[in-house]
Amino acid sequence: MNSFLRSLSPGQQVGLLFVALFGLLLLLSIGAFLASLRERPDTPEGDSSRAELRNFEGVLRASWLMAAVFWVGWASGETVATVLFALVAFFALREFITMSPTRRGDHRSLILAFFAVLPIQFWLTGTAHFDLFTVFIPVYVFLAIPVVSALANDPQRFLERNAKLQWGIMVCVYGMSHVPALLVLDFPHWDNDKNAFLVFFLALVVQTSMVVQHLAARQLRRKSALMLRAPEISSSFSWRAWAAGMAAGGVLGGILSSMTPFKPGQGLAMALIACAAGSFGHLVMKALKRDRGATPWGGGVASVTGATGLLDRVDALCFAAPVFFHSVRWYFDL
Amino acid sequence: MLAKLMSWFLLGLVRVLTGAQARWLGCPPKAEQRIYFANHQSHADLVMIWAALPRELRGITRPIAAKDYWTATPFKQWITTAVFNAVYVERERKGDEDPLQPLADALTQGDSIILFPEGTRGHTGDPQAFKAGLYNLAQRFPQVVLVPAWINNIQRLLPKGEVIPVPVLCSVTFGAPIHLDQGEDRKVFLERAREAVIALRER
Repeated sequence: MNSFLRSLSPGQQVGLLFVALFGLLLLLSIGAFLASLRERPDTPEGDSSRAELRNFEGVLRASWLMAAVFWVGWASGETVATVLFALVAFFALREFITMSPTRRGDHRSLILAFFAVLPIQFWLTGTAHFDLFTVFIPVYVFLAIPVVSALANDPQRFLERNAKLQWGIMVCVYGMSHVPALLVLDFPHWDNDKNAFLVFFLALVVQTSMVVQHLAARQLRRKSALMLRAPEISSSFSWRAWAAGMAAGGVLGGILSSMTPFKPGQGLAMALIACAAGSFGHLVMKALKRDRGATPWGGGVASVTGATGLLDRVDALCFAAPVFFHSVRWYFDL
Repeated sequence: MLAKLMSWFLLGLVRVLTGAQARWLGCPPKAEQRIYFANHQSHADLVMIWAALPRELRGITRPIAAKDYWTATPFKQWITTAVFNAVYVERERKGDEDPLQPLADALTQGDSIILFPEGTRGHTGDPQAFKAGLYNLAQRFPQVVLVPAWINNIQRLLPKGEVIPVPVLCSVTFGAPIHLDQGEDRKVFLERAREAVIALRER
Protein backbone atom coordinates (compact mmCIF):
# COMPACT_ATOMS: atom_id res chain seq x y z
CA MET A 1 0.00 0.00 0.00
CA ASN A 2 2.66 2.44 1.13
CA SER A 3 5.01 1.61 -1.76
CA PHE A 4 2.11 2.00 -4.18
CA LEU A 5 1.41 5.48 -2.78
CA ARG A 6 5.06 6.43 -3.06
CA SER A 7 5.22 5.30 -6.68
CA LEU A 8 2.56 7.87 -7.63
CA SER A 9 3.49 11.37 -8.76
CA PRO A 10 2.67 14.25 -6.38
CA GLY A 11 -0.25 15.25 -8.60
CA GLN A 12 -1.68 11.74 -8.54
CA GLN A 13 -1.26 11.56 -4.77
CA VAL A 14 -3.20 14.78 -4.22
CA GLY A 15 -5.80 13.57 -6.73
CA LEU A 16 -6.21 10.32 -4.81
CA LEU A 17 -6.65 12.29 -1.60
CA PHE A 18 -9.47 14.31 -3.16
CA VAL A 19 -11.15 11.16 -4.50
CA ALA A 20 -11.05 9.72 -0.97
CA LEU A 21 -12.30 12.97 0.59
CA PHE A 22 -15.19 13.51 -1.82
CA GLY A 23 -16.05 9.82 -1.64
CA LEU A 24 -16.28 10.05 2.14
CA LEU A 25 -18.43 13.19 1.94
CA LEU A 26 -20.69 11.51 -0.62
CA LEU A 27 -21.18 8.49 1.64
CA LEU A 28 -21.97 10.76 4.61
CA SER A 29 -24.42 12.80 2.54
CA ILE A 30 -26.21 9.64 1.32
CA GLY A 31 -26.34 8.48 4.93
CA ALA A 32 -27.83 11.80 6.06
CA PHE A 33 -30.37 11.69 3.22
CA LEU A 34 -31.47 8.17 4.14
CA ALA A 35 -31.70 9.17 7.81
CA SER A 36 -33.90 12.13 6.82
CA LEU A 37 -36.38 9.72 5.15
CA ARG A 38 -37.06 7.95 8.42
CA GLU A 39 -40.31 8.95 10.02
CA ARG A 40 -40.01 10.78 13.33
CA PRO A 41 -42.84 11.18 15.83
CA ASP A 42 -43.88 14.65 17.01
CA THR A 43 -42.48 13.99 20.47
CA PRO A 44 -39.62 15.79 22.24
CA GLU A 45 -37.30 12.90 21.25
CA GLY A 46 -38.39 13.22 17.63
CA ASP A 47 -37.78 16.95 17.72
CA SER A 48 -34.33 16.57 19.23
CA SER A 49 -33.41 13.91 16.67
CA ARG A 50 -34.61 16.24 13.90
CA ALA A 51 -32.55 19.10 15.35
CA GLU A 52 -29.51 16.84 15.59
CA LEU A 53 -29.91 15.81 11.95
CA ARG A 54 -30.26 19.46 10.88
CA ASN A 55 -27.11 20.31 12.81
CA PHE A 56 -25.25 17.42 11.18
CA GLU A 57 -26.45 18.51 7.73
CA GLY A 58 -25.13 22.00 8.46
CA VAL A 59 -21.70 20.61 9.35
CA LEU A 60 -21.82 18.45 6.23
CA ARG A 61 -22.65 21.44 4.00
CA ALA A 62 -19.74 23.38 5.50
CA SER A 63 -17.44 20.40 4.91
CA TRP A 64 -18.53 20.14 1.26
CA LEU A 65 -17.89 23.84 0.84
CA MET A 66 -14.47 23.62 2.48
CA ALA A 67 -13.52 20.57 0.41
CA ALA A 68 -14.66 22.35 -2.75
CA VAL A 69 -12.60 25.42 -1.81
CA PHE A 70 -9.54 23.21 -1.28
CA TRP A 71 -10.11 21.38 -4.54
CA VAL A 72 -10.57 24.52 -6.61
CA GLY A 73 -7.56 26.03 -4.85
CA TRP A 74 -5.38 23.03 -5.60
CA ALA A 75 -6.61 22.58 -9.17
CA SER A 76 -6.04 26.19 -10.14
CA GLY A 77 -2.82 26.97 -8.32
CA GLU A 78 -1.52 29.02 -5.43
CA THR A 79 -2.81 32.38 -6.60
CA VAL A 80 -6.42 31.26 -6.85
CA ALA A 81 -6.10 29.41 -3.55
CA THR A 82 -4.86 32.58 -1.86
CA VAL A 83 -7.75 34.57 -3.33
CA LEU A 84 -10.23 31.95 -2.11
CA PHE A 85 -8.86 32.10 1.42
CA ALA A 86 -8.98 35.90 1.23
CA LEU A 87 -12.69 35.63 0.41
CA VAL A 88 -13.26 33.32 3.37
CA ALA A 89 -11.43 35.84 5.57
CA PHE A 90 -13.60 38.65 4.14
CA PHE A 91 -16.84 36.86 5.00
CA ALA A 92 -15.55 35.82 8.43
CA LEU A 93 -14.56 39.40 9.22
CA ARG A 94 -17.95 40.64 7.97
CA GLU A 95 -19.58 38.28 10.46
CA PHE A 96 -17.27 39.35 13.28
CA ILE A 97 -17.95 43.05 12.67
CA THR A 98 -21.69 42.46 12.47
CA MET A 99 -21.67 40.99 15.95
CA SER A 100 -19.53 43.74 17.48
CA PRO A 101 -21.38 47.04 17.53
CA THR A 102 -19.44 49.88 15.94
CA ARG A 103 -20.12 53.59 15.91
CA ARG A 104 -20.18 56.06 13.07
CA GLY A 105 -16.65 57.10 13.90
CA ASP A 106 -15.41 53.61 13.05
CA HIS A 107 -16.52 53.80 9.45
CA ARG A 108 -13.17 54.85 8.02
CA SER A 109 -11.28 52.29 10.14
CA LEU A 110 -13.61 49.59 8.85
CA ILE A 111 -13.00 50.65 5.26
CA LEU A 112 -9.28 50.47 5.96
CA ALA A 113 -9.63 46.99 7.46
CA PHE A 114 -11.74 45.49 4.68
CA PHE A 115 -10.40 47.19 1.58
CA ALA A 116 -6.75 47.88 2.44
CA VAL A 117 -5.48 45.62 5.23
CA LEU A 118 -7.13 42.44 3.99
CA PRO A 119 -5.97 42.63 0.35
CA ILE A 120 -2.47 43.74 1.31
CA GLN A 121 -2.05 40.92 3.82
CA PHE A 122 -3.11 38.29 1.29
CA TRP A 123 -0.99 39.87 -1.42
CA LEU A 124 2.01 39.61 0.93
CA THR A 125 1.06 35.96 1.50
CA GLY A 126 0.78 35.11 -2.18
CA THR A 127 4.09 36.76 -3.01
CA ALA A 128 5.88 35.12 -0.05
CA HIS A 129 7.07 38.39 1.54
CA PHE A 130 7.35 36.54 4.83
CA ASP A 131 9.21 39.23 6.78
CA LEU A 132 6.60 41.89 6.18
CA PHE A 133 3.73 39.38 6.17
CA THR A 134 4.50 38.43 9.77
CA VAL A 135 4.69 41.97 11.15
CA PHE A 136 2.37 43.93 8.85
CA ILE A 137 -0.73 43.55 11.03
CA PRO A 138 0.76 43.33 14.54
CA VAL A 139 3.06 46.33 13.99
CA TYR A 140 1.80 48.68 11.28
CA VAL A 141 -1.95 48.06 11.25
CA PHE A 142 -1.90 48.03 15.05
CA LEU A 143 -1.03 51.71 14.89
CA ALA A 144 -2.90 52.69 11.73
CA ILE A 145 -6.36 51.59 12.88
CA PRO A 146 -6.49 53.66 16.12
CA VAL A 147 -5.01 56.66 14.31
CA VAL A 148 -7.84 56.63 11.78
CA SER A 149 -10.34 56.12 14.62
CA ALA A 150 -8.89 59.02 16.61
CA LEU A 151 -9.13 61.29 13.58
CA ALA A 152 -12.86 60.50 13.47
CA ASN A 153 -13.13 62.54 16.68
CA ASP A 154 -15.28 60.21 18.78
CA PRO A 155 -13.83 59.32 22.22
CA GLN A 156 -16.77 57.23 23.40
CA ARG A 157 -15.67 53.65 24.27
CA PHE A 158 -12.59 54.27 22.17
CA LEU A 159 -10.48 51.44 23.58
CA GLU A 160 -13.31 48.93 23.38
CA ARG A 161 -14.18 49.74 19.76
CA ASN A 162 -10.58 49.63 18.63
CA ALA A 163 -9.84 46.45 20.54
CA LYS A 164 -12.76 44.75 18.81
CA LEU A 165 -11.61 45.83 15.40
CA GLN A 166 -8.02 44.77 16.10
CA TRP A 167 -9.26 41.41 17.30
CA GLY A 168 -11.38 40.90 14.24
CA ILE A 169 -8.43 41.66 11.99
CA MET A 170 -6.04 39.45 13.97
CA VAL A 171 -8.36 36.43 13.99
CA CYS A 172 -10.04 36.65 10.61
CA VAL A 173 -7.34 38.21 8.41
CA TYR A 174 -4.00 37.49 10.10
CA GLY A 175 -4.99 33.99 11.23
CA MET A 176 -6.64 32.97 7.98
CA SER A 177 -3.78 34.33 5.85
CA HIS A 178 -1.43 31.77 7.43
CA VAL A 179 -3.31 28.93 5.77
CA PRO A 180 -2.42 29.83 2.15
CA ALA A 181 1.03 30.92 3.42
CA LEU A 182 1.76 27.21 3.88
CA LEU A 183 1.47 26.81 0.11
CA VAL A 184 4.47 29.03 -0.58
CA LEU A 185 6.83 27.64 2.08
CA ASP A 186 10.05 26.35 0.57
CA PHE A 187 11.12 23.05 2.18
CA PRO A 188 14.52 21.53 1.35
CA HIS A 189 14.43 17.97 -0.10
CA TRP A 190 10.71 18.25 -0.75
CA ASP A 191 8.70 18.88 -3.88
CA ASN A 192 6.93 22.20 -3.30
CA ASP A 193 4.02 21.15 -5.53
CA LYS A 194 3.04 18.96 -2.61
CA ASN A 195 2.60 21.87 -0.20
CA ALA A 196 -1.16 21.50 -0.66
CA PHE A 197 -0.75 18.45 1.57
CA LEU A 198 0.41 20.70 4.40
CA VAL A 199 -2.80 22.76 4.19
CA PHE A 200 -4.74 19.53 4.19
CA PHE A 201 -2.77 18.15 7.08
CA LEU A 202 -3.50 21.26 9.14
CA ALA A 203 -7.20 21.47 8.26
CA LEU A 204 -7.81 17.74 8.71
CA VAL A 205 -6.08 17.31 12.08
CA VAL A 206 -7.67 20.45 13.54
CA GLN A 207 -11.13 19.61 12.23
CA THR A 208 -10.84 16.00 13.40
CA SER A 209 -9.78 17.01 16.88
CA MET A 210 -12.70 19.48 17.08
CA VAL A 211 -15.22 16.87 15.96
CA VAL A 212 -13.86 14.22 18.31
CA GLN A 213 -13.89 16.69 21.18
CA HIS A 214 -17.53 17.51 20.39
CA LEU A 215 -18.54 13.83 20.17
CA ALA A 216 -16.60 12.95 23.35
CA ALA A 217 -18.36 15.74 25.25
CA ARG A 218 -21.70 14.36 24.06
CA GLN A 219 -20.83 10.82 25.12
CA LEU A 220 -19.69 12.05 28.53
CA ARG A 221 -22.89 14.04 28.96
CA ARG A 222 -24.96 10.96 28.19
CA LYS A 223 -23.16 9.12 30.96
CA SER A 224 -23.50 12.23 33.16
CA ALA A 225 -19.72 12.26 33.53
CA LEU A 226 -19.14 15.61 31.83
CA MET A 227 -17.08 17.88 34.08
CA LEU A 228 -17.36 21.35 32.61
CA ARG A 229 -14.21 23.37 33.11
CA ALA A 230 -15.76 26.75 32.27
CA PRO A 231 -19.55 26.33 32.29
CA GLU A 232 -20.17 30.08 32.01
CA ILE A 233 -18.34 30.13 28.71
CA SER A 234 -18.76 26.75 27.09
CA SER A 235 -21.43 24.15 27.74
CA SER A 236 -19.19 21.43 26.33
CA PHE A 237 -15.56 22.16 27.23
CA SER A 238 -14.10 19.60 29.63
CA TRP A 239 -10.54 18.43 30.04
CA ARG A 240 -11.42 14.81 29.31
CA ALA A 241 -13.20 15.63 26.04
CA TRP A 242 -10.37 17.98 25.15
CA ALA A 243 -7.79 15.23 25.76
CA ALA A 244 -9.77 12.87 23.55
CA GLY A 245 -9.76 15.45 20.77
CA MET A 246 -6.03 16.06 21.18
CA ALA A 247 -5.30 12.34 21.07
CA ALA A 248 -7.35 11.85 17.91
CA GLY A 249 -5.73 14.85 16.20
CA GLY A 250 -2.24 13.77 17.24
CA VAL A 251 -2.65 10.17 16.08
CA LEU A 252 -4.09 11.33 12.76
CA GLY A 253 -1.12 13.70 12.42
CA GLY A 254 1.27 10.80 12.95
CA ILE A 255 -0.55 8.71 10.32
CA LEU A 256 -0.75 11.53 7.78
CA SER A 257 2.90 12.53 8.27
CA SER A 258 3.91 10.42 5.25
CA MET A 259 2.25 12.98 2.96
CA THR A 260 4.08 15.91 4.58
CA PRO A 261 7.76 16.81 5.01
CA PHE A 262 7.48 15.53 8.62
CA LYS A 263 8.65 12.24 10.10
CA PRO A 264 5.92 10.44 12.11
CA GLY A 265 7.16 11.82 15.44
CA GLN A 266 7.36 15.35 14.04
CA GLY A 267 3.94 14.96 12.47
CA LEU A 268 2.50 13.94 15.84
CA ALA A 269 4.11 16.91 17.60
CA MET A 270 3.02 19.42 14.91
CA ALA A 271 -0.52 18.03 14.96
CA LEU A 272 -0.65 18.36 18.75
CA ILE A 273 0.53 21.98 18.56
CA ALA A 274 -2.05 22.81 15.90
CA CYS A 275 -4.89 21.03 17.73
CA ALA A 276 -4.07 22.72 21.06
CA ALA A 277 -4.01 26.16 19.41
CA GLY A 278 -7.23 25.42 17.48
CA SER A 279 -9.24 24.05 20.39
CA PHE A 280 -8.18 26.81 22.80
CA GLY A 281 -8.84 29.40 20.11
CA HIS A 282 -12.34 28.00 19.65
CA LEU A 283 -12.87 28.31 23.40
CA VAL A 284 -11.72 31.94 23.33
CA MET A 285 -14.15 32.69 20.48
CA LYS A 286 -16.92 31.11 22.55
CA ALA A 287 -16.05 33.50 25.37
CA LEU A 288 -16.28 36.42 22.92
CA LYS A 289 -19.69 35.25 21.75
CA ARG A 290 -20.93 34.93 25.33
CA ASP A 291 -19.69 38.45 25.95
CA ARG A 292 -21.85 39.61 23.04
CA GLY A 293 -24.77 37.62 24.44
CA ALA A 294 -25.11 35.26 21.50
CA THR A 295 -24.32 31.57 21.53
CA PRO A 296 -23.42 30.64 17.98
CA TRP A 297 -22.28 33.44 15.68
CA GLY A 298 -25.60 34.86 14.49
CA GLY A 299 -27.68 32.09 16.03
CA GLY A 300 -28.67 30.17 12.93
CA VAL A 301 -30.58 31.14 9.84
CA ALA A 302 -33.41 32.98 11.54
CA SER A 303 -31.19 35.58 13.21
CA VAL A 304 -31.88 39.23 12.63
CA THR A 305 -28.34 39.85 11.42
CA GLY A 306 -28.53 37.18 8.78
CA ALA A 307 -25.19 35.79 9.98
CA THR A 308 -24.49 32.37 8.57
CA GLY A 309 -22.19 30.90 11.19
CA LEU A 310 -19.09 30.76 8.99
CA LEU A 311 -16.94 31.97 11.86
CA ASP A 312 -18.06 29.01 14.00
CA ARG A 313 -16.59 26.67 11.41
CA VAL A 314 -13.30 28.42 10.75
CA ASP A 315 -12.29 29.98 14.08
CA ALA A 316 -10.25 26.95 15.19
CA LEU A 317 -8.34 27.05 11.90
CA CYS A 318 -7.74 30.80 12.28
CA PHE A 319 -6.03 30.27 15.63
CA ALA A 320 -4.19 27.08 14.67
CA ALA A 321 -2.72 28.34 11.39
CA PRO A 322 -0.32 31.04 12.68
CA VAL A 323 1.01 28.82 15.49
CA PHE A 324 1.43 25.89 13.13
CA PHE A 325 3.04 28.03 10.44
CA HIS A 326 5.58 29.61 12.74
CA SER A 327 6.38 26.32 14.50
CA VAL A 328 7.10 24.73 11.15
CA ARG A 329 9.22 27.66 10.01
CA TRP A 330 11.19 27.72 13.25
CA TYR A 331 11.73 23.97 13.41
CA PHE A 332 12.83 23.58 9.80
CA ASP A 333 14.69 26.87 9.88
CA LEU A 334 12.99 28.12 6.70
CA MET B 1 -28.87 45.82 -21.67
CA LEU B 2 -26.75 48.21 -19.65
CA ALA B 3 -29.48 48.39 -17.02
CA LYS B 4 -29.56 44.60 -16.82
CA LEU B 5 -25.80 44.46 -16.28
CA MET B 6 -26.05 47.19 -13.69
CA SER B 7 -28.77 45.34 -11.81
CA TRP B 8 -26.64 42.16 -11.76
CA PHE B 9 -23.66 44.13 -10.56
CA LEU B 10 -25.68 45.84 -7.81
CA LEU B 11 -27.25 42.56 -6.71
CA GLY B 12 -23.81 40.96 -6.48
CA LEU B 13 -22.40 43.93 -4.64
CA VAL B 14 -25.25 44.06 -2.12
CA ARG B 15 -24.97 40.30 -1.52
CA VAL B 16 -21.22 40.47 -0.94
CA LEU B 17 -21.50 43.47 1.36
CA THR B 18 -24.64 42.61 3.32
CA GLY B 19 -25.78 39.08 2.57
CA ALA B 20 -29.13 40.68 1.47
CA GLN B 21 -31.12 38.29 3.57
CA ALA B 22 -34.91 38.42 3.46
CA ARG B 23 -36.83 37.00 6.41
CA TRP B 24 -40.48 36.43 5.54
CA LEU B 25 -41.87 36.03 9.06
CA GLY B 26 -45.39 37.40 8.75
CA CYS B 27 -46.24 36.57 5.14
CA PRO B 28 -44.79 34.62 2.23
CA PRO B 29 -43.31 36.37 -0.80
CA LYS B 30 -46.31 36.45 -3.10
CA ALA B 31 -47.21 38.19 -6.35
CA GLU B 32 -50.21 40.10 -5.03
CA GLN B 33 -50.43 43.87 -5.05
CA ARG B 34 -48.71 45.18 -1.97
CA ILE B 35 -47.41 48.29 -0.30
CA TYR B 36 -44.23 47.46 1.61
CA PHE B 37 -43.49 50.13 4.20
CA ALA B 38 -40.20 50.19 6.06
CA ASN B 39 -37.94 52.19 8.35
CA HIS B 40 -35.57 54.58 6.61
CA GLN B 41 -32.00 55.07 7.83
CA SER B 42 -29.87 55.30 4.73
CA HIS B 43 -30.08 55.85 0.98
CA ALA B 44 -28.99 52.24 0.67
CA ASP B 45 -32.40 51.19 2.08
CA LEU B 46 -33.88 51.38 -1.36
CA VAL B 47 -31.23 49.11 -2.87
CA MET B 48 -31.33 46.77 0.10
CA ILE B 49 -35.06 46.04 0.06
CA TRP B 50 -34.97 45.77 -3.75
CA ALA B 51 -32.19 43.16 -3.51
CA ALA B 52 -33.92 41.24 -0.74
CA LEU B 53 -37.06 40.65 -2.83
CA PRO B 54 -37.09 37.50 -4.96
CA ARG B 55 -36.50 38.09 -8.67
CA GLU B 56 -40.13 37.46 -9.62
CA LEU B 57 -41.33 40.19 -7.29
CA ARG B 58 -38.56 42.65 -8.08
CA GLY B 59 -40.00 43.29 -11.55
CA ILE B 60 -43.46 44.24 -10.30
CA THR B 61 -42.39 46.16 -7.18
CA ARG B 62 -41.42 49.81 -7.54
CA PRO B 63 -39.54 51.71 -4.82
CA ILE B 64 -40.48 55.29 -4.02
CA ALA B 65 -37.51 57.62 -4.42
CA ALA B 66 -37.16 61.21 -3.23
CA LYS B 67 -37.12 63.32 -6.39
CA ASP B 68 -34.68 65.98 -5.19
CA TYR B 69 -32.00 63.43 -4.24
CA TRP B 70 -32.41 60.72 -6.86
CA THR B 71 -32.65 63.04 -9.87
CA ALA B 72 -29.78 65.29 -8.76
CA THR B 73 -27.32 63.78 -11.25
CA PRO B 74 -27.93 62.01 -14.58
CA PHE B 75 -26.40 58.82 -13.17
CA LYS B 76 -28.70 58.75 -10.14
CA GLN B 77 -31.68 59.43 -12.37
CA TRP B 78 -30.67 56.68 -14.79
CA ILE B 79 -30.15 54.12 -12.04
CA THR B 80 -33.47 54.81 -10.35
CA THR B 81 -35.37 54.84 -13.64
CA ALA B 82 -33.71 52.07 -15.64
CA VAL B 83 -32.65 49.69 -12.89
CA PHE B 84 -35.08 50.17 -10.01
CA ASN B 85 -38.02 51.44 -12.06
CA ALA B 86 -38.63 53.84 -9.20
CA VAL B 87 -41.53 56.23 -8.67
CA TYR B 88 -40.37 59.76 -7.88
CA VAL B 89 -42.04 61.71 -5.15
CA GLU B 90 -41.62 65.35 -4.12
CA ARG B 91 -40.67 65.72 -0.49
CA GLU B 92 -41.98 69.29 -0.37
CA ARG B 93 -45.46 70.12 -1.58
CA LYS B 94 -45.33 72.34 -4.68
CA GLY B 95 -48.41 74.30 -5.66
CA ASP B 96 -51.67 72.38 -5.99
CA GLU B 97 -50.12 69.15 -7.18
CA ASP B 98 -50.94 66.12 -5.09
CA PRO B 99 -47.56 64.67 -4.09
CA LEU B 100 -49.17 61.23 -3.86
CA GLN B 101 -50.37 61.25 -7.48
CA PRO B 102 -47.36 59.34 -8.93
CA LEU B 103 -47.82 56.66 -6.26
CA ALA B 104 -51.52 56.42 -6.94
CA ASP B 105 -50.77 56.08 -10.67
CA ALA B 106 -48.37 53.21 -10.00
CA LEU B 107 -50.93 51.44 -7.81
CA THR B 108 -53.66 51.97 -10.41
CA GLN B 109 -51.41 50.27 -12.96
CA GLY B 110 -51.24 47.25 -10.66
CA ASP B 111 -47.68 47.60 -9.43
CA SER B 112 -46.58 47.04 -5.85
CA ILE B 113 -44.63 49.83 -4.19
CA ILE B 114 -41.99 50.20 -1.49
CA LEU B 115 -42.63 53.17 0.77
CA PHE B 116 -40.59 54.82 3.51
CA PRO B 117 -43.34 56.61 5.45
CA GLU B 118 -40.91 58.55 7.65
CA GLY B 119 -40.22 60.65 4.57
CA THR B 120 -36.66 61.34 5.58
CA ARG B 121 -33.80 59.29 6.93
CA GLY B 122 -33.86 58.97 10.68
CA HIS B 123 -30.91 58.44 12.96
CA THR B 124 -30.45 55.16 14.79
CA GLY B 125 -33.07 54.22 17.32
CA ASP B 126 -36.80 54.38 16.77
CA PRO B 127 -38.27 55.53 13.47
CA GLN B 128 -39.83 58.97 13.39
CA ALA B 129 -43.58 59.54 13.15
CA PHE B 130 -45.07 58.30 9.86
CA LYS B 131 -46.38 60.76 7.31
CA ALA B 132 -49.98 60.66 6.16
CA GLY B 133 -49.23 59.21 2.70
CA LEU B 134 -49.56 55.62 3.84
CA TYR B 135 -52.97 56.35 5.35
CA ASN B 136 -54.25 58.10 2.25
CA LEU B 137 -53.09 55.30 -0.04
CA ALA B 138 -54.59 52.66 2.23
CA GLN B 139 -57.88 54.53 2.03
CA ARG B 140 -57.85 54.92 -1.73
CA PHE B 141 -56.68 51.38 -2.47
CA PRO B 142 -58.34 49.15 0.13
CA GLN B 143 -57.57 45.97 -1.88
CA VAL B 144 -53.78 46.48 -1.66
CA VAL B 145 -52.06 44.48 1.09
CA LEU B 146 -49.97 46.54 3.55
CA VAL B 147 -46.77 44.73 4.57
CA PRO B 148 -44.51 46.20 7.28
CA ALA B 149 -40.76 45.65 6.92
CA TRP B 150 -37.76 46.30 9.14
CA ILE B 151 -34.37 46.89 7.54
CA ASN B 152 -31.72 45.90 10.04
CA ASN B 153 -28.17 47.21 10.42
CA ILE B 154 -28.18 49.29 7.24
CA GLN B 155 -27.09 52.49 9.00
CA ARG B 156 -23.78 50.75 9.67
CA LEU B 157 -23.34 49.90 6.00
CA LEU B 158 -23.40 53.49 4.86
CA PRO B 159 -23.90 56.20 7.50
CA LYS B 160 -25.12 59.61 6.42
CA GLY B 161 -22.34 61.53 4.73
CA GLU B 162 -20.11 58.55 3.84
CA VAL B 163 -19.41 57.36 0.31
CA ILE B 164 -17.76 53.94 0.60
CA PRO B 165 -19.94 51.22 2.15
CA VAL B 166 -18.53 48.83 4.74
CA PRO B 167 -19.37 45.11 4.67
CA VAL B 168 -21.79 44.22 7.43
CA LEU B 169 -24.59 41.66 7.46
CA CYS B 170 -28.02 43.21 6.97
CA SER B 171 -31.46 41.69 6.71
CA VAL B 172 -34.99 42.72 5.79
CA THR B 173 -37.76 41.30 7.97
CA PHE B 174 -41.26 41.24 6.50
CA GLY B 175 -44.08 41.11 9.01
CA ALA B 176 -47.77 40.18 8.99
CA PRO B 177 -49.93 42.49 6.84
CA ILE B 178 -51.98 45.17 8.59
CA HIS B 179 -55.36 46.58 7.55
CA LEU B 180 -56.99 49.96 7.80
CA ASP B 181 -60.09 49.48 9.94
CA GLN B 182 -63.41 50.99 8.96
CA GLY B 183 -63.42 54.63 10.04
CA GLU B 184 -60.08 54.36 11.83
CA ASP B 185 -58.49 57.67 12.79
CA ARG B 186 -55.49 58.72 10.74
CA LYS B 187 -53.16 59.25 13.70
CA VAL B 188 -54.14 55.96 15.31
CA PHE B 189 -53.55 54.05 12.09
CA LEU B 190 -50.18 55.66 11.42
CA GLU B 191 -49.02 54.93 14.96
CA ARG B 192 -50.21 51.33 14.62
CA ALA B 193 -48.29 51.00 11.34
CA ARG B 194 -45.18 52.44 12.94
CA GLU B 195 -45.42 50.01 15.83
CA ALA B 196 -45.85 47.11 13.40
CA VAL B 197 -42.51 48.10 11.84
CA ILE B 198 -40.76 48.57 15.20
CA ALA B 199 -42.07 45.22 16.46
CA LEU B 200 -40.09 43.46 13.72
CA ARG B 201 -36.80 44.79 15.05
CA GLU B 202 -36.68 42.35 17.96
CA ARG B 203 -37.76 39.27 16.03
